[in-house]
Amino acid sequence: MTKPLKLKLEVNGKTHEVAVEPRVTLLDALREHLHLTGSKKGCDQGQCGACTVHVDGERVLSCLTLAAQVEGRKVTTVEGLTRDGGDLHPVQAAFLAHDAFQCGYCTPGQIMSAVACIKEGHAGSDAEIREYMSGNLCRCGAYPHIVAAVRQAKEAMAS
Amino acid sequence: MKDFSYTRVASLDEARVLAAHAGAMLLAGGTTLVDLAKCGVAMPDEVVDITHLDGLDAIKVDRDGAYLGALAKMSHVADDARIRKEFPAVSEALWQAASAQLRNMATIGGNLMQRTRCAYFRDPASFPACNKRHPGSGCAALGGVTRNHAVLGTSSYCIATNPGDLAVALTAFDAVIHLGERRIAVDDFFLLPGATPHQEHAVEPGEIITAVTIPASAAAKRSTYLKVRDRQSYEFAASSAAVGLELEADGKTIRDVRVALGGVATKPWRAREVEAHLKGKTLAAETVKRASLLAMESAVAQGDNHYKIDLAPRVITRAILKVGGIA
Repeated sequence: MTKPLKLKLEVNGKTHEVAVEPRVTLLDALREHLHLTGSKKGCDQGQCGACTVHVDGERVLSCLTLAAQVEGRKVTTVEGLTRDGGDLHPVQAAFLAHDAFQCGYCTPGQIMSAVACIKEGHAGSDAEIREYMSGNLCRCGAYPHIVAAVRQAKEAMAS
Repeated sequence: MKDFSYTRVASLDEARVLAAHAGAMLLAGGTTLVDLAKCGVAMPDEVVDITHLDGLDAIKVDRDGAYLGALAKMSHVADDARIRKEFPAVSEALWQAASAQLRNMATIGGNLMQRTRCAYFRDPASFPACNKRHPGSGCAALGGVTRNHAVLGTSSYCIATNPGDLAVALTAFDAVIHLGERRIAVDDFFLLPGATPHQEHAVEPGEIITAVTIPASAAAKRSTYLKVRDRQSYEFAASSAAVGLELEADGKTIRDVRVALGGVATKPWRAREVEAHLKGKTLAAETVKRASLLAMESAVAQGDNHYKIDLAPRVITRAILKVGGIA
């Protein structure tokens, strides 16, 4: 077994020291070592989007990112979207208002993706939202409500 | 996933030295390497992380053309206003590829090195035979389910489709791949499978893609990328075409036309027969339709993928008529 790497990971504004094998993904480091289980393991092969987190403010798939790669980068997970005890993020509030989920397993990934989608300027129309949210699968099929939630959150965040 | 060592390099020279080691693989966006390591297809002993190198992610556009640094992210190139204006087919090929998250990870250089999505290639546990993975072991796809396999450029050793979108647009507009000082035309960068399908690119051990340049042209400016697939988004092409068009001053005679195909061939496929037939002709739907059929003259269907031979010419026609403003 390869000697574990000692990494300093900056997650949600706090620096954590972890010792992990080089092959450990960011998703596994978050869930198994930092006990941040908001990021979900769906397919674990880059196809479902449930593991979406932000690295330096951009949405990426933590299941296809090695933990070692993000040393020196800023990682944000769904747990870090708002400060402790703060109000819900407008995207979280919109998902609640529109009932944009059924089982909820894909929801943290959907929310992290939607926050970035709006920030990128890719939520200009329902068609654009569908295109730029296509990397987040919802097997319950809550897509119409998800699109409505993203649309509302975009308006809320603009005002 | 097999265990491996990890090195984050501080310079390109260090990366070149390590990349030349047997069992070493370069890590950029990781969207292919980490995925294939989980499938048991990629089994590196040593992973060389080049993502912390500075100065390799530039995107520049000037009168001569575009310069895309090897570590530029797909999403950044797709959204670049100058690329969208001067090379629309490049931007469209990029934003129609993968998902928003993957495009924030994957790099321009890494994109060219992506491996085929052949289901037999990706599943070594169930299908030990694969000439790409193990030269001489055979091809499980031949005689198998071949709906997504190639109809152009195949051999009796391999029928795997090159899955790229960006590479198709680069092929249409004569892009050049920079391997440090060495430069190679994109059409020579991708190799036909022949009897050696494990050799996919003209990259030697220790060489690293540093940039891609695309010469400016009137055809690249008046271009599009049309991608037809089984679902509307986040899917590989069943058939795609990057086309560009330049008309004479009369507004109807074709001076220059570029056509490259994706989803149907073992490498990004320039359809030169179509281009040659159309140059000098008057732009008209019937002319374009007839010329588009020429792209499939050497096509060989495997059974399930016969539909691609019918589909590809229609994709070419629609794309040319769209940039020509008559569709």
